[in-house]
Amino acid sequence: MGDSGFEARVEQALADAGLRRNFASAMGGFAARRLAVFPDAAALERLREQGAAARRRALARLPELLEELERALVGNGIHVHWAETAAVGNRIVLEILEAHGVRRVVKGKSMVSEEMHLNAFLARHGIDAVETDLGEFIIQLAGETPSHIIVPAVHKNRAQIARLFHEKIPGTPYTEEVAELNAVARRTLRRMFREAGAGLSGVNFAVAATGTLCLVENEGNGRMCTGVPPLHIAVMGIEKVIERLEDLPPLLRLLTGSATGQRVTTYVNLISGPRRAGDPDGPREVHVVLLDNGRSAVYADPELRATLQCIRCGCCLNHCPVYTRIGGHAYGTTYPGPIGKVLTPQLAGLERAGGLPFASTLCGACEEVCPVKIPLTRLLRRLREETVRAGAAGGAGAGALERLAWRGYGLSAQHPRLYRLLFACGRWLGGLMPPVAALERWGRAHAEPRFARLSLRRLFRKRGIPDA
Amino acid sequence: MPEHARDRILARLRRAPREAQPPDDAATPRAPAPGGEAAAALEAALAAMRAEVQRLPREGWAGELRERLRGRGLSSLLYARDTPWAPALEEAWAAGPERPPALVAWEGTVEDFRDRLFVADAAITRAEAAAADPGVLVLRPGPAEPRLLSLVPPVHVVLVPGERIFGTLEEALAGGGFTPPLPANLVLVSGPSKTADIELTLAFGVHGPRELLVFILE
Repeated sequence: MGDSGFEARVEQALADAGLRRNFASAMGGFAARRLAVFPDAAALERLREQGAAARRRALARLPELLEELERALVGNGIHVHWAETAAVGNRIVLEILEAHGVRRVVKGKSMVSEEMHLNAFLARHGIDAVETDLGEFIIQLAGETPSHIIVPAVHKNRAQIARLFHEKIPGTPYTEEVAELNAVARRTLRRMFREAGAGLSGVNFAVAATGTLCLVENEGNGRMCTGVPPLHIAVMGIEKVIERLEDLPPLLRLLTGSATGQRVTTYVNLISGPRRAGDPDGPREVHVVLLDNGRSAVYADPELRATLQCIRCGCCLNHCPVYTRIGGHAYGTTYPGPIGKVLTPQLAGLERAGGLPFASTLCGACEEVCPVKIPLTRLLRRLREETVRAGAAGGAGAGALERLAWRGYGLSAQHPRLYRLLFACGRWLGGLMPPVAALERWGRAHAEPRFARLSLRRLFRKRGIPDA
Repeated sequence: MPEHARDRILARLRRAPREAQPPDDAATPRAPAPGGEAAAALEAALAAMRAEVQRLPREGWAGELRERLRGRGLSSLLYARDTPWAPALEEAWAAGPERPPALVAWEGTVEDFRDRLFVADAAITRAEAAAADPGVLVLRPGPAEPRLLSLVPPVHVVLVPGERIFGTLEEALAGGGFTPPLPANLVLVSGPSKTADIELTLAFGVHGPRELLVFILE
């Protein structure tokens, strides 16, 4: 593994009974709720086809659509900025805030801003970025990062949150009442919404035809961040663009149904500009930062491009046998779970993250539930191949011994006599596995492989089934 | 190499191999569904999201609304003065004896009104359209109606004209008059503000209104 901390974090997560309980119960609930909101399998399949087609259509014309989006946004009075890297994106946000003399910004949930490490960057420049989504607010108080794309504080239970609020928010008594904890957050953040000089948000979909930023949410903090302060800055990956407003309803159904099992979120914000002449409220300025940060390189490969279809619903996380056991933090990446294992090596490079695609059973559960039909297992296999070929990530899964073993197997598979001889040896000596490090490590979590006493050929013959 | 980040990003995207354009099979939205059925379906969907839905007769709706808001412990109800339905509200509130909730008009811009807005109990707006599937109201704030009326006070009262209820969101967006250029802000609302961020336990009114009272005008 390139990231040698990964295995240690996995071990740690697996040994943490509390963490595993928190994840197991939450993820099981999500899977059940998704099924309840999509009871008709055939209808769901049609909807997934529709959603996947909308995303593929948009990606097929990505450069043209981005230009169309830019024209429409500018026509709506929205300022458009382009950033090739996270560092440049951060710099752009900082410059806008400094030009307006803003010291505190209220933030709606945005995974792209996590990818940019925007909060830490702003803090270094004396600007306080306050997370207002309840889950994000909780983990910001705890000084942690999200462990899930949709429910960032899912790894915490109410007792942990009660202690956190009691210790970090002055004048808060210890309470495990969820309603009371919510009320504490509401009181604390209301003041911030009212006084903040700017609001920051992500974007779920950007509609090229109308120059509209679409933001889905349940709490109303997104509306607060984009509607109360005089300045709104939205950050988005360049892949988030869709062609037209008509693509939105099916994508919204897929996003909310797959994410939380909701038919629709409480609020869907469609923002097409700053306060217009005569409007009594709304921000006076709206800015959009279009972030590349490696996406155009992903786009360059026709197979890997499918990664960019993702609508960040988190459904592949909820159904992944690896994610549901180790949780989001073990990955050590902004985007965890199956989509993270595919996206991160492409954004951060195989050297740093090429080991991640190996942390998968290739069971395909992720692909089966993906609302926009990203071929996740194919992409995982492709990235494994690339990692091995590049000898990257410390040669994960490709030690000299393993390479030798596979080469031997390949040779024997082409020579039937050699094959029979090799496997006869296996049956005789199978109990005496050489104590090599790779096998020992593998053996810690797996039962020792045992060779059958009779080969399949012999079994067939014994039962009188003739050779083909 | 192009000088601007924009041009460099677009150039990289253009250099990528082209894919055949996938077929475009967008369904053409149908005409608005007949009011009655859609209204019942909308009512059920909103109720499932914990909104409270009631019907009001078109004739004398404002007086009836005032009656129904009594006894809810609301001290004030904010409204926007320049809307077509404001005169009916003013008339109904002027008609009877003074009692809560008091009808309070939004004044000026948010900069002038912010302090009063953040202490108000309730506010009333109208929905421009609604869709039975998936059960959303389409709010269209603008010069006549501030967007924060439907967000900041803990109780949001919303009027939905029966003839503006469509079967699906596709139909509502296509038939509801939402043609470009779109207003600066459109919001779809399906219920009171909620969160499940603590142990996935559902709680209402975390940042937006904790109660959504929907009145369908028949």
